[in-house]
Amino acid sequence: MAPTDLKLYQIGTFAAGNRLLDPGDRSVQADPGRASSITSGHRACQGCGEALGARFVLDAAMRAAGGEIVIANATGCLEVFSTPYPESAWQLAWVHSLFGNVAAVATGVAAALKAQGREHVRVVAQAGDGGTVDIGLGCLSGMFERNDDVLFVCYDNQGYMNTGVQRSGATPPAARTANTRPVGSEPGNVFGQGKDLPRIAMAHEIPYVATATVADLRDLERKVEKAMSLRGARYLHVLVPCPLGWASASQDTIRLARLATQSGLFPVFEAEHGVVTATTPIRRRVPVEDYLTLQGRFAHLFGPDGRPDVVARIQAGADRNIDRYDLVTVVDPDGVDHV
Amino acid sequence: MSEHDLPFAITLAPASSRADLTGTWRTERASYVTRQAPCGNACPAGEAVRDWLYDAEEGDAGYERAWRRIMDANPFPAVMGRVCYHPCETSCNRGQLDESVGINSVERFLGDRALELGWRPPPAGPPTGRKVLVVGAGPAGLAAAYHLVRLGHEVVLKEAESRPGGMMRWGIPRYRLPRTVLEAEVQRILDLGVRLELDTRVDDLVSTMSEEHFDAALVCVGAQIGRRAYIPAGSAAHVLDAVSVLHGVAAGEQPLLGRRVAVYGGGNTAIDAARTAKRLGAEDALVVYRRTRERMPANEIEVQEAEEEGVRFRWLSTIGEVEESSIVVEQMELDEAGFPQPTGRTEVLAADSVVLALGQDSDLSLLAGLDDVDLGRGVVHTTSAMMTGQPGVFAAGDVTPGDRSVTVAIGHGRVAAGRIDDWLAGLAPAPEPPRELAAFDMLNTWYYEDAPRAHRPRLEAVRRQSTFDEVVEGLDADNALYEARRCMSCGTCFSCDNCVAVCPDDAVHNIGMPGTYEIDLDYCKGCGICVAECPCGAIEMLPEDI
Ligand SMILES: Cc1cc2nc3c(=O)[nH]c(=O)nc-3n(C[C@H](O)[C@H](O)[C@H](O)COP(=O)(O)OP(=O)(O)OC[C@H]3O[C@@H](n4cnc5c(N)ncnc54)[C@H](O)[C@@H]3O)c2cc1C
Ligand SMILES: Cc1ncc(C[n+]2csc(CCOP(=O)(O)OP(=O)(O)O)c2C)c(N)n1
Ligand code: SF4
Ligand SMILES: [Mg+2]
Repeated sequence: MAPTDLKLYQIGTFAAGNRLLDPGDRSVQADPGRASSITSGHRACQGCGEALGARFVLDAAMRAAGGEIVIANATGCLEVFSTPYPESAWQLAWVHSLFGNVAAVATGVAAALKAQGREHVRVVAQAGDGGTVDIGLGCLSGMFERNDDVLFVCYDNQGYMNTGVQRSGATPPAARTANTRPVGSEPGNVFGQGKDLPRIAMAHEIPYVATATVADLRDLERKVEKAMSLRGARYLHVLVPCPLGWASASQDTIRLARLATQSGLFPVFEAEHGVVTATTPIRRRVPVEDYLTLQGRFAHLFGPDGRPDVVARIQAGADRNIDRYDLVTVVDPDGVDHV
Repeated sequence: MSEHDLPFAITLAPASSRADLTGTWRTERASYVTRQAPCGNACPAGEAVRDWLYDAEEGDAGYERAWRRIMDANPFPAVMGRVCYHPCETSCNRGQLDESVGINSVERFLGDRALELGWRPPPAGPPTGRKVLVVGAGPAGLAAAYHLVRLGHEVVLKEAESRPGGMMRWGIPRYRLPRTVLEAEVQRILDLGVRLELDTRVDDLVSTMSEEHFDAALVCVGAQIGRRAYIPAGSAAHVLDAVSVLHGVAAGEQPLLGRRVAVYGGGNTAIDAARTAKRLGAEDALVVYRRTRERMPANEIEVQEAEEEGVRFRWLSTIGEVEESSIVVEQMELDEAGFPQPTGRTEVLAADSVVLALGQDSDLSLLAGLDDVDLGRGVVHTTSAMMTGQPGVFAAGDVTPGDRSVTVAIGHGRVAAGRIDDWLAGLAPAPEPPRELAAFDMLNTWYYEDAPRAHRPRLEAVRRQSTFDEVVEGLDADNALYEARRCMSCGTCFSCDNCVAVCPDDAVHNIGMPGTYEIDLDYCKGCGICVAECPCGAIEMLPEDI
């Protein structure tokens, strides 16, 4: 639901719910009967964006599928923190795969359900960014190419967090990781490499591709619902800040996701059959510094030995996104930064 | 599942992560709080502004609840919604986001609706057998009487004038406060059983108290006497004072002001006098004030409205002499400290009359002989419990030092009633628990819908120049609801469900009634996201004892 659909000015659809709204107009997360697909007691770090994002996505998928759902989960934090044998935090049918093959496992599950005539049971595959853009890319591309009936969700925390914060193909330029040290003339991760998976997915012309973040719950839930209403290969890329890997404060997880979108660094859009159909305009534009300075992984860019030139390159990347996706429609007259 | 039921090579039965009480990781815990909202904090009448807006946001049945909540503090919502200078709006956090919430216009909407639908406050409390004298039926006296009867005391309100209302009736002109509104709200108070004695000036408080066996008295005689300044004036010069002029007009007289009227002063009374002069037919109404516009004590909106009606202003000027049809005006200059200093440059301006609006003094003769009452600088000094040096004699409103407004007077009346009640019961007043203010930086304003303010329509300027019709119109129901919903609920939960949504540990739950939440400390890891993402600053982090 678009914010303007609700004649409720106090909050509109920015917050999860509101006492003045009909229960049906509230988010899935505001529903006391939500699935809570990943329950308490998991061992994710304080403030983990991935644990949060997974509940947002799967609760919405559970509602859309009437609870008839199977999850295939690649190795990564999401598996490790949720399922230390013999305990599990999952409140739905869940199968673990290897690091790189979750798309193939999900394809197999979907094929088996089809063979059994149980296609009403829906299949969701999920993986971290490493399991998606790097080691899992081959299986995923095959799944896209065959248009297998799977919703693939990537929880992008921009690194191999589970194994100690190594660089992935989704790690942003200049970020410090365990193997991109903040030293030398080009500190941190290199510019110009890495993989933009939403656009790779679009190149496969699959029915649905969307990006989202944990900072815009209503948008995320709407996209899950949309994806679940379609058949064939669908791809959802969710930005999930990681306090450990990003060296950020645990309470800033959602704020960081919001700043990523409001700076233009993380464009939020959807595409059908390879064509962008909608983008979420920036509401309160901020300079990239507002986003970067909250994260220790970019600390080397600031302070007395800071690198304004590198920050400017990051800003240029954000500006490119803003142009490409037309993210700034009207400029807020009173400017920036109420985030 | 017992060990024997397990499949081959499986040694442990499946278990739930809930066995792990990850709350033990915590060093800080999230906890719901209610903080003081800046609006209510700034309200001189003591209204719980945010809380009544909360009710009003519901519309329909919520309106009556909202009105009742206002009435807990203030029996004059419809008057207040017109004449209050609304410090609540000045301090409203939303002012830092787009524009402050139009609190005053919502209050007026509720006040008018109550009059229209005949809502009544609860009846007077059970009788205590104690009898209280209230002297002066202005806002302070009327508010005090209202609270005192609600507390069960017998109240006699003695008023020197022929009608109740004080400056609400004799000072504030009709175009800002229609008398039907005032009368209806006063009548509602009298209907609770307050005995009003009109045309009854109290000349000697002590003897009135003893003759009529009062247990306590509240003095709220206001400040009725227009201050005069010495200005050399010719014998034919026509010099009046603003309070008398306004009083006369309110009583239905037509004071003779002439075609060109100069008003001397910079307060609200000066503005009202000039606007009244215009309405009485003056071609030219000129306000002469010795400082600059910025330093004028008058309310900015009223200055604007006066300008729209054609009132002219002459800043940095004093009146040096008054003749039959002219005045001599001297130009002033601000010195470094910002005080106006004479320059010696003068100018003669045409004026048929001069209306002095230089402030008002109180007639405190009724307190003569009460040596323990401090009447320094012409005002009645009280302790924080609003009692004077004479036990059982209290004072409130314009007779006491401090800001003078209807709102302050109403607030004084309410507090004084409570203190009188304490004193009659032999109790020390209960100290108010200090509450933390919900400052703007405690809010997460991202979550509030962009919503510009709904402004009240105003009567067109032509009609305002010749009639005493009310200038500012009310909001309609849609706009009032919209305006109420612009409230950000600073410092208290308004049940947006964000905390339930944003917890990565699924540790915040809706319990019982929708919109009531509980944090499950077995699993709260203390990440603080709920605090950061609470729109209204109603959750805080508290350190754990480790
Ligand atoms: C022209 C004008 C415009 C104003 N506009 C506004 C405005 O827009 N908003 C605002 O908030 N404030 C306004 N004020 C200020 C506000 O009206 C006063 O601060 C407020 O009325 C004070 O209330 P009170 O009850 O203390 O005194 P008053 O309102 O002065 O009431 C005192 C009452 O006591 C009576 N009395 C006096 N002596 C005796 C006695 N010995 N025995 C019996 N009765 C006695 C008087 O007749 C009077 O009725 C305005 C004031 C003036 C003069
Ligand atoms: C083939 C293989 N290589 C390496 C690993 C070790 N490994 C497990 S998870 C992981 C990184 C996970 O990164 P990502 O997919 O981004 O998930 P995150 O932990 O960041 O959520 C690695 C390298 C593995 N399990 N299998
Ligand atoms: S390392 Fe990052 S992704 Fe993994 S549990 Fe911790 S916060 Fe979540
Ligand atoms: Mg990762």
